Amino acid sequence: MLRARVLRAQKEMCVLSFLERFPNGKKPMPTMDRTYKVLFSAVDQLNEELLPKQRLTKTPETVVFGHMGKLDSLALVNFLMLTEQKLEDEFNFPISLADERAMSQERSPFRTLATMADYIGQLLREKGETISSQDDESSLQVPARESAGT
Amino acid sequence: MIGCSRSPSDFVDTHYRHFEHDICDEKAVEKMFAEIRSEYQGLDILVNNAGIGSMNHALMTPTATAARIMNTNVVATFLLSREAAKLMMRNKFGRIVNFATVATPLRLEGEAIYAASKAAVISLTQILGREFAPFGITVNAIGPTPIKTDLIAAVPQNKLESLLCRQAFPRYGEFSDVSNVIDFFIRPESGFITGQTIFLGGVS
Repeated sequence: MLRARVLRAQKEMCVLSFLERFPNGKKPMPTMDRTYKVLFSAVDQLNEELLPKQRLTKTPETVVFGHMGKLDSLALVNFLMLTEQKLEDEFNFPISLADERAMSQERSPFRTLATMADYIGQLLREKGETISSQDDESSLQVPARESAGT
Repeated sequence: MIGCSRSPSDFVDTHYRHFEHDICDEKAVEKMFAEIRSEYQGLDILVNNAGIGSMNHALMTPTATAARIMNTNVVATFLLSREAAKLMMRNKFGRIVNFATVATPLRLEGEAIYAASKAAVISLTQILGREFAPFGITVNAIGPTPIKTDLIAAVPQNKLESLLCRQAFPRYGEFSDVSNVIDFFIRPESGFITGQTIFLGGVS
């Protein structure tokens, strides 16, 4: 009897704790999935302004800039700015991708969408956006591959 | 309309919002633009009129003063322009107006660091004009003559008068002289004008 009451109380506390963390009752997407969602949305918007041969595909391996890259420097600037704005919309604080560290790295974090996602993850962690424990496994996964869509 | 300064503003209008920030503080400026973006979804015009000076002989100018002037006049102009352009490029339209000075072309003694900082602003204006052009943003500058403001309050009268004599029109500038040039730069019809500096008083 007592054990049943304790279990019920523990369950209620778990529900309360969940609601405190996620007031709308839904667990947010893992951070890495949200990052790819942002990147792919920026790709969609950028593609609208590019010639068909310049358009990016929405895969982590897509080369953004440098050897084998399709974007010129102006398109890269456009893409980074779009990504910054969409990151701010998604995470609710400004994130500057073109910071001093990014510019001084031997291997540019803007080489592929995957390296960009890693770099954004690093910036988010430093900004205090902690990847919750339940994200740990899924945060390493990327969304299913999609085609360019344009 | 939005303003930003370190101290409170005495300007009151229902359409005016004031931010109290140091424009050299990158984090504060980024936060301010995030708020502008969230509240107004864009920005059409930026006037970079904040500036400081120190009228002194170069031999009497401390390095800290030189650094402070460069930081406020050059780095902050760059920072505000960069953040504003990020908002403006969304709408493929923007007007940025920077503040230069006649002290640069007149090579005024006693204003080495101030004139040098404004020379940098002219250069910044020319290059940002080119870099931001693809996004429909123009960047221009106005170079005012002395205007009766706090900036020249400590400058000796005879120095000011000898400066005025070097202008084509030897008089102090008025606020309306400045606003006239700003109005010209920000007009929709001025979309083909960028990277330019207009000096007042016939100085070139």
